[in-house]
Amino acid sequence: MMELLQTLEQTGLELLGPFWMPVWTVIKIFAIVLPVMGGVAYLTLAERKILGFMQLRPGPNRVGYWGLLQPLADGIKLLLKELIIPAEANKFLFVAAPVLALAPALAAWAVIPFGEGMVIADVNAGLLYLLAMTSLGVYGIIIAGWASNSKYAFLGALRSSAQIVSYELAMGFALVCVLLAAQSMNVGDIVRGQNNGYGLMGWYFIPLFPMFVVYFIAGVAETNRAPFDLAEDESAIVAGFHTEYSGMGFALFFLAEYANMILIAALTTVMFLGGWLSPVPFLPDSIVWMLAKMSFMLFLFLWFRATFPRYRYDQLMRLGWKVFIPLTLVWVVVVAAWMQTPYWLW
Amino acid sequence: MSKLVKFFKSFLLLELLKGMSVTGRYFFARHITVEYPEEKTPQGFRFRGLHAQRRYANGEERCIACKLCEAVCPALAIKIEVAEREDGSRRTSLYDIDLTKCIFCGFCEESCPVDAIVETRVFEYHGENRGDLYYTKSMLLANGDKHEAQIARDRLADAQYR
Repeated sequence: MMELLQTLEQTGLELLGPFWMPVWTVIKIFAIVLPVMGGVAYLTLAERKILGFMQLRPGPNRVGYWGLLQPLADGIKLLLKELIIPAEANKFLFVAAPVLALAPALAAWAVIPFGEGMVIADVNAGLLYLLAMTSLGVYGIIIAGWASNSKYAFLGALRSSAQIVSYELAMGFALVCVLLAAQSMNVGDIVRGQNNGYGLMGWYFIPLFPMFVVYFIAGVAETNRAPFDLAEDESAIVAGFHTEYSGMGFALFFLAEYANMILIAALTTVMFLGGWLSPVPFLPDSIVWMLAKMSFMLFLFLWFRATFPRYRYDQLMRLGWKVFIPLTLVWVVVVAAWMQTPYWLW
Repeated sequence: MSKLVKFFKSFLLLELLKGMSVTGRYFFARHITVEYPEEKTPQGFRFRGLHAQRRYANGEERCIACKLCEAVCPALAIKIEVAEREDGSRRTSLYDIDLTKCIFCGFCEESCPVDAIVETRVFEYHGENRGDLYYTKSMLLANGDKHEAQIARDRLADAQYR
């Protein structure tokens, strides 16, 4: 695989010379964006199927065999629908907001390693970059809520920003624990640090189990998914921040939400579940493990949605500030102290 | 002590895991959806669907224009006009049911002394224009002719409970 890529790069360089660099970059971008978009499309189908099964329903099964063409039909429907811009809206920001929501969700993929060396940008501050990118997504939501000039959209945006700021802290502290354990901010090095020759036993979710749970729950809150979907609380504020959006604008928010879900699943996999590493020493490490672990985390997202009722707003804030942040702070100290003793095996 | 137990219960997410085990179990359970155009739920013999007017075996219409159904109809969906036929018998000259008003309560059927107006098992019908669901006497009689066998079987099945 790697040799193939290297020969491809060599021939390209000989063929196009200085023009090869932008072409190669565009190829790499497509290699990430297209699978993510396909993943988003089929994640929507998976969500509807899994929710259906958990409610003793078959889910969508009319479009194509077993409903497999449903995402395509939904996509075409949304493309053909009219884009309505409210008269009192700020038109420029109203149109820009969905783009602002989607772009960080895609940009963050640059530093995610899918296998040994399979990463677009192997930067040493990868973790900081990821924190920055996952936080930027909220600007799309705030701008959408404000630019719509609608009370529901504005309330949704307010809730969402407060929520993301609260959970960002817990998420950051959980990542500090990973950082302590891996002693590196390079995402690839974090995965390699989990390889101690004993497969599953080397992964950070064992010593950092509470952080693993906190990180994933905060991740669910960051992506505004049930039970933390107060930003779009349909029983109280219509559809929250995307109340006024139709057609492609709505579709872009949808894409951003699901791309963020896949991103959080990928991050949890990389930080705590050993990325592309095999769970047992006798099987080879490969991208298949990465994708399998991501699928499991995504299944958890949908499982949560099928199980838990929505949080009340004050309960949400209580959980973020009075449970997660103290817990993560304590665990940072525990891990730091633990690492000074000979009992630290990771 | 109970406070401590409660703390650990919520801290270890025990109740959340319990909830997830329920949905997880249902994930593998057989789904119970009836996939309508291919599958249908069973109907009882008292099913109240599209109306019909019946005839006797010799082809004579049953309705004697007593207007009991018109009187009992809570939605005022039935309109009847009476006229004497050439042979001197009392018959309806107009018998209309507006199905857009009808609430399918079955009172017309209950009140009928000669079992003339009945509700059949037919429920898959529609109208494409305004007025398509305004059923006149000839349409109702046609319905009765079409479904007489099923109607008779259903009345017979119901008779033992009367």
